[in-house]
Amino acid sequence: MPRMEFIPRHEVAKATSVKVTLGSLAAGLVLACLAFAFMGVNPALALWNIFAGSFFSAYGLGETLTKAIPLILAGVGLSVAFTGRLWNIGAEGQLLAGAAAATAVALPLGAALPAFVMIPLGFLAGFAGGAALAVLAAWLKTRFKVNEVISTLMLNYICAELVQHLVYGPWKGRTQSGFPYTDNFSPAAVLPTIGTTRIHYPTLGLALAAAVLAWVLLRKCRFGFEVRAMGGNPAAASYAGMDAARTTVLAMAVSGGLAGLAGVGEVAGIHQHLTTPWAVSSGYGYAAIIVAWVAALNPLFVIPAGLFLGGVLVGGDAIQISMGLPSSAISLFNGIILLSLVAGEFFLRHRLRGPGRQAPSPA
Amino acid sequence: MAQESQPNSKPGAWSPSCAPRIGSLELRGISKEFGGVFANEGIDLTVRSGEVLALLGENGAGKTTLMNVLYGLYAPDAGLILVNGMPVAIRSPKDAIRLGIGMVHQHFMLIPRHSVAENAALGLEGTPFLRPAAWVSRRIEDFASRYDIKVRPSAPVWRLSAGEQQRVEIVKALIKGAELLILDEPTSVLTDSEADELFAVVRRMTAEGKSVIFITHKLDEVLAASTRVAVLRRGRVAGVMPTAEASKEGLARLMTGKESIQAASRTAGTENERTRLEDGGTALQAVELSVDDDLGLPAVRHLSFSVRRGEVLGVAGVSGNGQRELAEALTGLRPLAGGSFQVNGAPASRRSCRDLRSLGVRHVPEERNRLGIVAAMSVAENAVLSSYGEERFCDGIFLNGGSIRRHAEEIIERYGIKTPSADARAGSMSGGNIQKLILGRETEGSPALIVASHPTYGLDVGAAEFVRSRLLAKAGEGSAVLLISEDLEEVLRLSDRVAVMFEGGFLAVLENKDLDRGRIMLLMAGSTDALEAGGRSDA
Repeated sequence: MPRMEFIPRHEVAKATSVKVTLGSLAAGLVLACLAFAFMGVNPALALWNIFAGSFFSAYGLGETLTKAIPLILAGVGLSVAFTGRLWNIGAEGQLLAGAAAATAVALPLGAALPAFVMIPLGFLAGFAGGAALAVLAAWLKTRFKVNEVISTLMLNYICAELVQHLVYGPWKGRTQSGFPYTDNFSPAAVLPTIGTTRIHYPTLGLALAAAVLAWVLLRKCRFGFEVRAMGGNPAAASYAGMDAARTTVLAMAVSGGLAGLAGVGEVAGIHQHLTTPWAVSSGYGYAAIIVAWVAALNPLFVIPAGLFLGGVLVGGDAIQISMGLPSSAISLFNGIILLSLVAGEFFLRHRLRGPGRQAPSPA
Repeated sequence: MAQESQPNSKPGAWSPSCAPRIGSLELRGISKEFGGVFANEGIDLTVRSGEVLALLGENGAGKTTLMNVLYGLYAPDAGLILVNGMPVAIRSPKDAIRLGIGMVHQHFMLIPRHSVAENAALGLEGTPFLRPAAWVSRRIEDFASRYDIKVRPSAPVWRLSAGEQQRVEIVKALIKGAELLILDEPTSVLTDSEADELFAVVRRMTAEGKSVIFITHKLDEVLAASTRVAVLRRGRVAGVMPTAEASKEGLARLMTGKESIQAASRTAGTENERTRLEDGGTALQAVELSVDDDLGLPAVRHLSFSVRRGEVLGVAGVSGNGQRELAEALTGLRPLAGGSFQVNGAPASRRSCRDLRSLGVRHVPEERNRLGIVAAMSVAENAVLSSYGEERFCDGIFLNGGSIRRHAEEIIERYGIKTPSADARAGSMSGGNIQKLILGRETEGSPALIVASHPTYGLDVGAAEFVRSRLLAKAGEGSAVLLISEDLEEVLRLSDRVAVMFEGGFLAVLENKDLDRGRIMLLMAGSTDALEAGGRSDA
């Protein structure tokens, strides 16, 4: 008779949600410590170096914020798509499309236009580029029932190859002495940064605004109502007379557009030219998937989640240098933390029933 | 009857080929309650080896619940199950299978993309490490030839008809060692000849000492295929008898309850319950309507009918005769295969759900949790699920949270919906309250046509009465109501006219003056002789 079972939770209290997230974070850190111990590294020292590197120094904090910008933008977009049960795995490709689109306007027009025109124009182009790519996947889904997981994932590879082709081929800069870069953006197209940091604050502002606007969109607007109904119960949404195709296309456009903005920030704020896809993005589009889930798809929670993940990325780089650990050790640390956070989701949806407690009726 | 064989007994004298592990199975005092409603209450029932027990009852009588208890899908709140006189604990289907109990559900549990053999291998123990598929195929062929069941182990399941899939399910259960086979509404998906084949298989099984329980509400089948019949009514056993001693009329009376037959035959009196409108014209006019089911097979065939404003047209019938497809076609959820319909004179065929809604078509869906609500959204949001775009709730971009909330609170208040607040998740409410919420939403304003599918199914008595009175009130205000229900009493009480649906058509559309339950029961079972012969016997 005595046996342990997992019982689905029907209601998840906010407090439970916070407890579970913190609990899984703690569990992840413990596991990561074990891994460090196996590698013969003092776990306490390693953890200290990670968080000192990312949060407790001015430089580290600046880097954390810098990395958080694309994570927040793409994460907010994904939280909108995921709320509508649209599994957009393509933020990475949409980010690259945004970066390429911004480059396409910045290179020819940057010298001719003033910054106050050029910078908004770059962001617009980037949003359009990312949105176009996501809408392509949405159209394939609504028109031909192509699973968006596959289409968005495949488009990531296509975009990466395309960007690579551009920087090695037609867009290769004459002034870059053979490196796979485009020419540098003219100053009017480059985003200003805070002091000596790399924090390109226009994009940071956009990211914070996007989080708030997406929250308003989902919670207070007619469109968000449709997205939530479609995500909560697609059959009921069409029963109620909602247009699934329209909602799908619009939600994907928002999602891809925000990832595109992240791409603009990277090229116009960090690199100041378009370069190889792995240098432009370093996987932000994929990490943003985790950011969105850790934030429980709440656009406002994406901000702290993006900061945290940005910190982990920066801290990883830090101990790589300060403790001479191989980069695979950092990937391991990141992987353990993220896996714990995602696994914690399971405990949000289920609770452990010990022996001797009566099951609730399956009504 | 429990002491006739020991646990794990040796073969009984009457069993030619295999040892009956279930000489007798007894249910003793089984009760199962869902949210304060007893689906089963103190049920005693015995099945003996070699028997075909028909479990007969109206929808909601508790047949399937009882069998789910027996198969370990539900834990009973009270009662015992004894196999060969020994109490057994059945906590899961795994326990049931180990005891030799097999079940073929009404909706098959097969994986369409897999082959018959692969499906049969699922959950099968003792498959060899090498070439398991060949081993499974051999076993399927063994059983198939032993009972003359036509299955091909290599066929992919998605290619099979419903009847063929059912045979796969039966073989699957037999391979797992079923001695007692439960068939839930086995003929609802079968053609007549397929049904005959099924009952031939059942006879071959019982000749070997196996036993079969089949759930049904078709009287002809009971008389044709069972050796004993147990009638359930409202969760209790209304009667058990050898089939030889049963008659159609007697069974119909047991199923529905004598006293309620008398109550229902006075339906003329219930007209006083409602304001009657003078003929207000035709609200729904359907011409030669044809609709296909999910498999693309015709479910509604060339159906023509009309509903007047202020009229309740009741559609009685055993579910699976095209009612669901009819309701979905009229509300825009399912495309028409042919024919057309008009709502208040406006062409309404091939319109989207949204268009039909703007024509005034409302829908109280059969699958209320699948279609009617978004469980993760709040009660208030669900209250405007289909009307959120109206001016009073939305200025085009922003929703008016305040007026949505007030509207929801009004519905909660008026319909007596029990919920902690308008902000609670809709999915946290009970089925009855969910249904009240849907009803409140769908009957708002002055709809042209309300399609209500099984609107009181699974509700407690109070909630059901409330839902019925609301539908009558809307009819009184001039809406046309198409009431699809398996609850005959409900159909007879609410309807002005009653249509009996059978195999995609209306077998008869009758004025609700000269009707009695027995006659409709016979019509529902597809016997048209009741049209002429049934007359007004009890009236």
